[in-house]
Amino acid sequence: MFDFSIITEWLNNLLNSFLPGWLTTTIECVLIGVGLLLVYALLALFYIYYERKLCAAFQCRLGPDRVGPWGLLQSFADMFKMLIKELISLNHVDKFLFALAPYLVIIASMLAFAVLPWGNGLQIIDFNIGIFFLIAVSSIGVLGILLAGWSSNNKFTLIGALRSGAQMVSYELSVGLSVLTMVVFAGSMSIGDIVQAQDHLWFLFSGHIPAIIAFIIYLIAGTAETNRGPFDLPEAESELTAGYHTEYSGIHFGFFYLAEYLNLFIVSGTAALLFLGGWMPFHIPGWESFNHIMDYIPGVIWFIGKAIALSFVIIWFKWTYPRLRIDQLLSLEWKYLLPINLFNLVLMVLIVVYGIHL
Amino acid sequence: MEVKDQITTKSMPYEAFKDNEYIEKLVQELRDSGTNVLVGSLDKLINWGRSNSIWPLTFATSCCGIEFVSLGAARFDMARFGWEVARASPRQADFIMVAGTIVNRMAPVLRRLYDQLAEPKYVIACGSCAISGGPFRKSYHVARGIEDIIPVDVFVPGCPPRPEAMIYGIMQLSRKMKVEKFFGGVNRQESQKEFLRQHPIDKE
Amino acid sequence: MANIKDIVAERFSQASVEEGEIMMFDIPSEKVHEFAQFLRDEKELAFDYLVTIVGMDWGERLGCIYYLTSTEHKTHVAFKTSVEGREHPAIPSISDLWAIAGIFEREVYDFFGIIFLNNPDMRRLFLSVDWVGYPLRKDYDMNDKANEVSIENERQTDDTYEYTMKDGKIVKTEHAVFKPEDFVVNIGPQHPATHGVLRFRTAVDGETIKKIDVYMGYIHRGVEKLCETLAYPQTLHFMDRLDYFSAHNYHHGLCLCIEKAANIEVPLRAQYIRVIMDELSRIASHCLFIGTFCMDLGATTMLFYTLRVREQILDIMEKTCGARMTFNYDCIGGVMADLDPDFVKDVKDLLATLPANIKEYNKLFTGNVITKNRMIGVGHLSRKDAISWSVTGPSGRASGWACDVRKTDPYSIYPELDFEQVVMTEGDSYARFKCRVAEIEQSAHIIEQIIDKIPEGDYCAKVPKVLKLPEGRWFQLVEGCRGVFGIYIESDGSTKPYRLKIAPPCLPLAAVVDHITEGQKIADLITIGGSLDYIVPDIDR
Repeated sequence: MFDFSIITEWLNNLLNSFLPGWLTTTIECVLIGVGLLLVYALLALFYIYYERKLCAAFQCRLGPDRVGPWGLLQSFADMFKMLIKELISLNHVDKFLFALAPYLVIIASMLAFAVLPWGNGLQIIDFNIGIFFLIAVSSIGVLGILLAGWSSNNKFTLIGALRSGAQMVSYELSVGLSVLTMVVFAGSMSIGDIVQAQDHLWFLFSGHIPAIIAFIIYLIAGTAETNRGPFDLPEAESELTAGYHTEYSGIHFGFFYLAEYLNLFIVSGTAALLFLGGWMPFHIPGWESFNHIMDYIPGVIWFIGKAIALSFVIIWFKWTYPRLRIDQLLSLEWKYLLPINLFNLVLMVLIVVYGIHL
Repeated sequence: MEVKDQITTKSMPYEAFKDNEYIEKLVQELRDSGTNVLVGSLDKLINWGRSNSIWPLTFATSCCGIEFVSLGAARFDMARFGWEVARASPRQADFIMVAGTIVNRMAPVLRRLYDQLAEPKYVIACGSCAISGGPFRKSYHVARGIEDIIPVDVFVPGCPPRPEAMIYGIMQLSRKMKVEKFFGGVNRQESQKEFLRQHPIDKE
Repeated sequence: MANIKDIVAERFSQASVEEGEIMMFDIPSEKVHEFAQFLRDEKELAFDYLVTIVGMDWGERLGCIYYLTSTEHKTHVAFKTSVEGREHPAIPSISDLWAIAGIFEREVYDFFGIIFLNNPDMRRLFLSVDWVGYPLRKDYDMNDKANEVSIENERQTDDTYEYTMKDGKIVKTEHAVFKPEDFVVNIGPQHPATHGVLRFRTAVDGETIKKIDVYMGYIHRGVEKLCETLAYPQTLHFMDRLDYFSAHNYHHGLCLCIEKAANIEVPLRAQYIRVIMDELSRIASHCLFIGTFCMDLGATTMLFYTLRVREQILDIMEKTCGARMTFNYDCIGGVMADLDPDFVKDVKDLLATLPANIKEYNKLFTGNVITKNRMIGVGHLSRKDAISWSVTGPSGRASGWACDVRKTDPYSIYPELDFEQVVMTEGDSYARFKCRVAEIEQSAHIIEQIIDKIPEGDYCAKVPKVLKLPEGRWFQLVEGCRGVFGIYIESDGSTKPYRLKIAPPCLPLAAVVDHITEGQKIADLITIGGSLDYIVPDIDR
């Protein structure tokens, strides 16, 4: 497997050789920031296109196919349009919070990008509580949504925000617990370690039943975390027009729109990292030649491919199931997922303690 | 900036559009006024984006609205052109398709919806009711055409218009967007402001 | 019929009887409440279903005609009342006897300015508070400058008015609609879930609904008044634009009524064609219902699957009628044009694919756990309430009320057909949904029986170019896709109707929303609204 840290370290040494240390750090930060933004924007645009095409396929339609080859440029056109749309300023809103909310949402998803393992050595930061950081920053998003709903001074957005608050806080538990289950299994919170631990076999296969249960719960809770159908109550179109972002126009709405898709990527990326080995190729113990062939596929492709495949499942949910009601949504979490999750955690601890895993 | 003679949408021949005088007149005006290269090419980029991403507001009052639903369905599939992102919130939509009769009670609501749309905004009057009152023209509680309420860009006749007619109408709107300049020049916002001046709403 | 006459004569000697297709009593206005209560509560009469209240302007006198039906004895009766004077005509309200009467009376008040004493909610129904005049009165000026289209927001009152008679004088009292502490969310008129332009002012406590105030009239187009200015054949095309999914059924209703009045024999071929068209539109309508209902619940994909069947049916109709939605196909004496040569084959193709499609819908949606949780037990409507609110059609049948006009008062060739009336007892949203799915199958069954038996012959009877109806009044019920559709025609012997009243099924459906959403969640309002499946232009006319 090609190690990207060779390149990054070479770059670091090169810069250090003729620049003072603080300047090197600044340049590196800027470089990473620009790269991140680029990846971020491209991924979001790709995801918008991906979902529209997939949704069209589920609905026996063609989907965008006129703008650019196969409609590939459709989301770029949308972006240009959104950039020039008027930013409506409302009279009776809390102007500061109203303007702040979309940025909070987008920052939350951007921060989470920092710890995703894109490839071998291609990780912006790998520290010992990486997973913890991921969960922590991704919950900043709910603050943005709450602020958006509250500051818009609109009853629909307020209901959307309150729904979102209740939903995100509840499902954070499930996400946290299923992640914790896997942390117990991996024995580390560092993302690099977790990926390395899946060298011979992905956790989903090596972790016995608890890993599979945790995976399913993570997918359900992750869908809820991203406010996507069947858990799209905060923006339930047939109920609350556009939910918490009803009053947002132009690029502010664009931020919410992008963040929704980026969160989808983050959730599926995290699932790929925890259960499907991150950037690790597909290995089967004993099949040396097969493993060797798999190693030729670059890690970046493995990671993004896994994330997109998992996103497919989540998009599939959305276009198949009807929406839950708020009380059903909460009872699903508190009455079913949480107890199962706790039990699952204990099970995983037992498995780890007695060492009965592959 | 040299404006291309034939303004059309993707994979549609120019000849397929009837009554091109209006667009040609616009193009001529653009030629006459001229603009500098930088703004011109920026305009081009923006107009490419705008004309290819026209999001409707989910708004329907009667029969035409059902044909609008059919327009989104598999047979006519407006998603092909990128119009399927129907936003329920007027802040996020680009045009309002007035599908159906507008009556006295609805008129202020329609006007408010129009005011809530974010610039640049467009209006398509869809069906004979929205154009003139249609079969209900003589009634006591019907607006005889929405032109008295909001400025209209494209009229799509029919009762209700077939989904194909609606596609044609939105394509015409797309062409109209293409020839307009976002920065100055022949800008529809001027005529829109003129309209709003003539039809003011008293502020409380 | 004689029986009813005797029973009534025993109690109300002053009631004069007018025999006809439906027996009509003439009651002095002060006795209306007493008489209505007697008709409803007397065991042998049991007229428990209020079909409609027709407001009338007879020049000198203003009045109302009440149409009642007994769900038990399957009998009909009508009674009329009238008052002198055009300034402050007042009739006692019967809104305490039938829940729906309150809305019907508001409609009459709106159109004729007749005040109903003791009705707690005497606001205008379709027109704004500041509207000048009562449009369906004969002396109303259609082009009154005071009522011009305005872009100013309409004035809105939060009070309802109640008029009571005290010492021979009419006293006006005000009631507040909402309490001051209520959190009122305004849903509509432009809202994806209201299926058009209906407006619910919803008082909520958190997510729980406390009260809903339904506002209508955002698409009130004055069809009834327009009909009075047009000749009979010209009135037909409005029927397409009321409930645009039951265009054929409504046409059928008006045609039957006019044919009944003019004594026109409809050729058998035309009757067969009409019935097939009715049932095809029922299938298309219910398919679209499944789609939009699922979309309301968040399962958008279903809409696209159901629209496929609808497109198929529209293709069949287009070949014969020449239009996709506003067909204007049924005409007085038969149908406009003969069937397309491919018609029979196309319909058979449709019927062949239909069971597979329904199976697919059930697989994708009905069996889903989330779907069941969202629908079962939500929006319960009991049989008693359904009758009291006049909730007919699939919604009424889901509550256990067998109200299918095709069975209770068969018209056209329905008596000869073998089909079942789908009746369920649960009365919740799930029952309403399942009832419609089952009705698709029944409609397909009806078409199957007659598609091969369409007799040869004329498709339209000879009808005089200028059609004059004799003096009199006629009432006709047909089964639309959403419930019982009533047409009342009063003729003064000319080519134009003196009064044409449309009794739509959707008005009660929208009115009942307040009653069944109480205590449910906001999301349930969407479910209930979707499952009732009202069409707004049909409510407002």
